[in-house]
Amino acid sequence: MVANHDIDITVRRGTVHAIVGENGAGKSTLMKILYGMQRPDEGTIAIEGEVVALHSPSDAIARGIGMVHQHFQLADNFTVLENVILGDEPTSGLRLDLGSARRRIRELGEQYGLSVDPDAVVEDIGVGDRQRVEILKVLFRGARTLILDEPTAVLVPQEVDELFRALGELKSQGLTVIFISHKLDEVLAVADEITVVRQGTTVTSVLPADVTARKLAQLMVGSELPSPQTRLSTVTEDVVISVRDLTLATPEGRLLLDRISFTIHRGEVLGIAGVEGNGQAELVETIMGMRTPLSGDITYDGKDIVDWPTRRRREAGIAYIPEDRSRHGLLLEASLWENRMLGHQTLAPNAKGPLIDRAGARKDTARIVSEYDVRTPGIDVMASALSGGNQQKLIVGREMSGDPLVLIAAHPTRGVDVGAQAAIWDQLRAARSRGLGVLLISADLDELIGLSDRLEVLLRGRFVAEADPATVTPEELGSAMTGAGGEAA
Amino acid sequence: MKRLKRLALMLVAPVLALAFAVLVTSLILVASGHAPLGVFTSMWNYGSAPDSLALTLNLATTYYLSALAVAVGFRMNLFNIGVDGQYRLAALIAAAVGGSLHLPAVLDVVVILVVAMLVGAGWAAIAAVLKNRRGVSEVISTIMLNYISIGVIAYLLTPDRLAVAVQGSNNIGTQPIPPNGQVPGFSVIGGAQNAVYGLILLAVACGVAYWYLLGFTRFGYDLRATGLSPTAAVASGVNVKRMVLISMLLSGAIAGLVGMPQLLGASYTYSLDFPTGLGFTGIAIALLGRNHPVGIAFGALLWAFLDTSRLILDLGGVSKEIVTIMQGVSVLSVVVAYELVRRYNIAAQQREVGRALAAETPELVGQGTA
Repeated sequence: MVANHDIDITVRRGTVHAIVGENGAGKSTLMKILYGMQRPDEGTIAIEGEVVALHSPSDAIARGIGMVHQHFQLADNFTVLENVILGDEPTSGLRLDLGSARRRIRELGEQYGLSVDPDAVVEDIGVGDRQRVEILKVLFRGARTLILDEPTAVLVPQEVDELFRALGELKSQGLTVIFISHKLDEVLAVADEITVVRQGTTVTSVLPADVTARKLAQLMVGSELPSPQTRLSTVTEDVVISVRDLTLATPEGRLLLDRISFTIHRGEVLGIAGVEGNGQAELVETIMGMRTPLSGDITYDGKDIVDWPTRRRREAGIAYIPEDRSRHGLLLEASLWENRMLGHQTLAPNAKGPLIDRAGARKDTARIVSEYDVRTPGIDVMASALSGGNQQKLIVGREMSGDPLVLIAAHPTRGVDVGAQAAIWDQLRAARSRGLGVLLISADLDELIGLSDRLEVLLRGRFVAEADPATVTPEELGSAMTGAGGEAA
Repeated sequence: MKRLKRLALMLVAPVLALAFAVLVTSLILVASGHAPLGVFTSMWNYGSAPDSLALTLNLATTYYLSALAVAVGFRMNLFNIGVDGQYRLAALIAAAVGGSLHLPAVLDVVVILVVAMLVGAGWAAIAAVLKNRRGVSEVISTIMLNYISIGVIAYLLTPDRLAVAVQGSNNIGTQPIPPNGQVPGFSVIGGAQNAVYGLILLAVACGVAYWYLLGFTRFGYDLRATGLSPTAAVASGVNVKRMVLISMLLSGAIAGLVGMPQLLGASYTYSLDFPTGLGFTGIAIALLGRNHPVGIAFGALLWAFLDTSRLILDLGGVSKEIVTIMQGVSVLSVVVAYELVRRYNIAAQQREVGRALAAETPELVGQGTA
C-alpha cells in the first residue's frame, strides 16, 4: 500500500503495522510525508495500488488517511462534540447540525469501543478519553488508515490496554493502523507486523512472533560496536560538577526528575542514555538554570550554584549545546557573528565592558568557521541560511570557545554529516583530555558508548541503571532504555 | 555592490507601500469626483511653503520621540501601547514642576526633562511590574493605563490643584514655565514666521542614543535577542523579566519626552488643549520605520508633512480625512510589504549559501569577510 525510496514499507489493510526506531531515525519524517505535511524529494506513495501525491493533510484526509498526533490537538474549553466536528462542521442549511453529529459520535464510539460522552468538556476528561477523542476526530472524517504517533507515551498501563482493545476493534472492521513507538514490549503486544527504521532507512520488517524485545532493540540501534581505541581514560580525581538529589516537578506536582545524583570529574564524560522525553531536556535545563528545581543541590567548581541565574553559570564556564538548536541555540534571523555571541555576550572576545566588541566577535566567528569547517560564504549571512549540520558546527565551535570547565551537550552531532560528526567527536575528546567534564545526552548509542567514561540510564525522570561503556553493548543499553526488561551491565 | 543590494532591499518595501497608498488614495479621490493630481499638487505646494515646513519639522520632532518610545519595546516584542498616557501625564507633572521652579536657565530645563522622563518611566513601570509579577499582557495594561491617566490628569488639572486660569480665556492650565525653563527655537527655515523647536536636537540625540544602545551595547544585544527568539535568549542567560522592566522603563522615559518640545518650545503650560493622541501616531510611525532610527525619522517626517499639508484640502473642497486614509493604507501595506521582503530575504540568503557551496571554491569556505 505504501512505498518510498529509502524507506520501503508495505502496510496491509486490516492490520496494525508498527514502525519502531530511535529518535531521529526518520519515523516522524516518514509520517509527515504520509500525512501530506512534507513532500518527499524522491519516491512514491501508493494507496490501494494507485500512486498518489499528497500535498497537504487535507489531501491525505480525502484519501482516508488520518493522523493522531502525539501531542493532543484539542481545544480544552470545547466539548468533545465540538472538538470532533471542529474544521469539518456538519451543517443543515446555515445551522450547525449538532444532533446528527452527536448521533454519529455515539455510533462510532459503540462500533469501535471508543465511547466518550460527546457533551463532556475536554478539560474535564482524562488523558485516555482525550486520546479517544483524537481518534474519533479522525474516524469522523472517514479515515480508513490511522497513523498513531507514539500514542502510549502519555497513557498509564490500564489506558494502554484499553487503547489496544480499541485498535483490535478497528482492525477487525477492516481499518488499518500505523503505530509508531519505541516501547518495544507494547509493539510486540499489539502489532501484526513491525518495520524497523534506522538512520532514515528501513532495516527490516519482521513478524512479532519471530522476534523478542531484545532482538528488536538490537535491530533498532544496529549492533556494531564503536571504535574501542578511544578507551584511554583521562578521568581525574577532581570533581568539577556534582548534582545531588535533584528533583523537579511540574506545577501540578508530577515529578519530571526524581532525586537525580551524579558527579563528573575533570576529564570525564558522563553519558545519559534514555528514550527522549524521560527527563533529559529537563535535567539539562535545570543544570543550566532555566528551570528551578524543587529540591537538590548542584555544586560546580566547589561552589553551590543552584541559586545562580543562567548567565552567571555560563560566565563561570558551563558551556551548553542545546537539544533544540533553533529554539535554544540560535537567533535564526541574525548573522553568524551575532550568533557567535549568543550565550557568551558578556565575555571576551564578544564584549568589552558594557559594549559589544564587534571586531572581536567577527574575528572569532571567522576562526570558528574555519576550525569547525562551517560551510558558509561569510559570517554576515543569517543563521537560517545554513544547513542544520553547519548550524550545529557553529554552535559546537562557539560552546568550545573560551575553555569551559563543563560542557552540557545534548545531541551534539544531531543532523551533521558523518565527516563532521567525527570532527566534533575529536574536538570533544581533545577537550576532555585537557580536563573538560562533559554531560553527554544522545540518542545515538554508538556516540554515547564511544565517548562516555560512564553511562547512566534515565527512565521516567530517574536513573534506573548504570553501565560501563567498555563492556555494554548497544542492545543492552537499548533494552534498559526502553524498559524492555534486563538491566544493562 | 552587496551593500547596495541590501539597501535596495530595505527601501523597496516602504516605497512600494507608499506607492500603493497613493494609488488607493487616488482611486478614492477619483471616486469622490476630484482630480488626484490636482489635489496632490496643491498639497505639495502648501506643504513645501516655509511656514508649513517649520510646522512639519516641529510635528515630526514629537512624532519621532513617540515612535522611538514605541520602537524600544517593539524590538523585544514588548508592545507599549501606553505611550499616550505616559507622555500626557509626564507633560502635566513636568509642566507643574517647571512652573514652580526658579533655577538657572540650563539647569531648569534639565530638571523639567528629568521629571518628565521619571514620570513616564514610572507610569510605564506599572505595566512592567504587572507583567512580571502577575503575567498581565502589557498590551491590555498599557491601554487601561491610558484611560486611567486621562482620569488622573482631569483630577490634577483643576484650579485647586495644579491648574490656574489661563488669562483671557476659559482654558485652564498649569502655572506657565518662566523664561529660564523655556527652550528657544531656531529660525532655520528662511522666510518662515514660526521657529523650529529647539528640542529637535533632543530628538536627534535620542535617535543616536537608541541606535548606539541597540547596535553597540550588551544590553541592546540582549534586547534584540529577546525579540528574535525569547527561548534562545533565555538559554543564553538573558533574564527576560529584568529585560521587560528595563525596556519598559526606557520606553516610558522616552515617552515622557514626547510632550517636551511643545511644552518648552511653544505652550509653556499644560492646558486643556495640550495635544493628545501622539502615542498612537508613534505606533504607526514605528511600524512605518521598521523600528530603525533612520527609518523612523523618515516616517515621522512623512507623517508630519501629510498632517501639515492636509490643512489646505478643505479650501479645495476635499475632505481632510483623505490623508488619514492614505496614512492608514501606507501603514497597513508597509507591514505586509516588510513581511514579504523578510521572507524573500531569507530565501535569497539560503539560495546564496547554496550557490556558494555548490561552487565550493576553497576561498569561500571558512573565510570571514571581516
